[in-house]
Amino acid sequence: MSLSITQLAQALRERKTSATELTRQALAAAKNRSDLNALITLDETGALAAAERADVALATNPSPLAGVPFAHKDIFCTNGLRTTCASRMLDNFVPPYNATVVDKLAGAQAVAIGKANMDEFAMGSSNENSFYGPVKNPWDVTRVPGGSSGGSAALVAAGVVPFATGTDTGGSIRQPAAFCGITGLKPTYGRVSRFGMIAFASSLDTASVLARSAEDCAQVLAVMAGHDARDATSANRAVDDYVGSLAKPLQGLRIGVAREYFGAGIDAGVGAAVQAALKQYEKLGATLVDVSLPNAALAIPAYYVIAPAEASSNLARYDGVRYGYAAEEPKSLEDMYTRTRAEGFGAEVKRRILVGTYALSAGYYDAYYLRAQRVRRLIANDFAEAFKSVDLIAGPTTPTVAFKLGEKNSDPLAMYAEDVNTVAVNLAGLPAISLPAGFSEKLPVGLQLIAPAFEEARLLNAAHQFQLASDWHTRKPEGVA
Amino acid sequence: MSIDAATVRHIARLARLAVGENELAPIAGELSRVLDLADQLGAAQIDGVAPLAHPHEQTLAWRPDAVTEPDRADAFLALAPDARGGLYLVPKVLE
Repeated sequence: MSLSITQLAQALRERKTSATELTRQALAAAKNRSDLNALITLDETGALAAAERADVALATNPSPLAGVPFAHKDIFCTNGLRTTCASRMLDNFVPPYNATVVDKLAGAQAVAIGKANMDEFAMGSSNENSFYGPVKNPWDVTRVPGGSSGGSAALVAAGVVPFATGTDTGGSIRQPAAFCGITGLKPTYGRVSRFGMIAFASSLDTASVLARSAEDCAQVLAVMAGHDARDATSANRAVDDYVGSLAKPLQGLRIGVAREYFGAGIDAGVGAAVQAALKQYEKLGATLVDVSLPNAALAIPAYYVIAPAEASSNLARYDGVRYGYAAEEPKSLEDMYTRTRAEGFGAEVKRRILVGTYALSAGYYDAYYLRAQRVRRLIANDFAEAFKSVDLIAGPTTPTVAFKLGEKNSDPLAMYAEDVNTVAVNLAGLPAISLPAGFSEKLPVGLQLIAPAFEEARLLNAAHQFQLASDWHTRKPEGVA
Repeated sequence: MSIDAATVRHIARLARLAVGENELAPIAGELSRVLDLADQLGAAQIDGVAPLAHPHEQTLAWRPDAVTEPDRADAFLALAPDARGGLYLVPKVLE
């Protein structure tokens, strides 16, 4: 399915196709690409029923997403449809309610075809931490698609669906978007409701969209964003006109080039592609300004204290009592708790629970958790200072292109280092986008743009103008129509 | 920060995670490496810097203290590994 959301909407309005036909195509494409292992659950019955409803809606007053097939990351609760978070702990979990994001997309008559694979509880940067096995990168099936929204990214890159939902706690939308050659937007913390989105690190988790272009992302974010009384951290402010802002010329836009984002560890080919993209921005009328984020090197250590600390607290709820996995034949309540959790969680999830528990424990709280929170403020202050003189901050999304399956998953620290250019954005709660900016070693490279809080429209505008002047986002893996 | 097997046993107990005796040493090694990473925070100049717990430091919104959720006890209890008579069941805690 190579058409954009706008083109699909037009074809649907003009009756050149129907929601049912598009949905059948997406379901067939999903089965045809089962080699990618990108879906945990394919919901044929639900999708065809939703498509039928969309076809009725299309006859009257359709939303721009009506009849457009897509996939949900399997972290969003779907009423009556299994939601696993890629964990054995939730292998049998069928939620009795919908996430707000699920309700909103269903309300717009978009057609969910199923639930995408991911790293367990969104903890990972390669999608190798899934109870259901790793996802493969459509550009090279011996490589990872990135994580944790790896299934979502692979489905979009392989042309199965034009967009997919994802979540980003430390880079989990942007890094897979970069590795799979697509566009991924992480919104401002609080812009999209977290209600019904299974919690990992509650002060960092954000939900949004992966698609093939900034224009498509704008269409979807317009539906997903907004205040939700069911999420107390949801921002109570108006949603900007993302689609209406796309056409603005970039004349006068000041882009800060963060020198720390081009430091040691950035692959030469990745750096070159991003520099070339920045030259393109100059041609579009933007000015490049050298900026510094002095505490950038502290983002990884701060993140890998704060995120596990919040995870250890959030994941305390999995106790074998109320839902999910429960150990067989418990000898005592304690035995039930400890074996349920030991058997239900995978290695990386357990590692983060232990690190987080340690960082929050008596005697270590000040040295780790509180210190990380102070550093978090330094990191947020760095961005605030830089945004006094620039409108956006740019750099490579990832230090390298997609790496090989198995290359880093035995070394947690090598995997954490993947997030070097993404986690600071989550600590500061800012919006950022990754867009295709060229290739290195025949694999996609992502350009990351970061904006001040609630400036998603500025990000989407800047990304869209680049995509009007370049064709990186239209490139497809060999064999993808 | 290097941690030992006894510390792993203590944290695992706090986290309610069963860890086998033979797993303690490898986990201690892994956690020590992650904590070495965290120890890089020691280089930060944080004197007088207040902790930031939440990105926008927003104040929580007030809402009327009213019941808004319908009673769905049956739907939730149906998810439980073991429930009877409207109650979640767990192994006996008192003899």
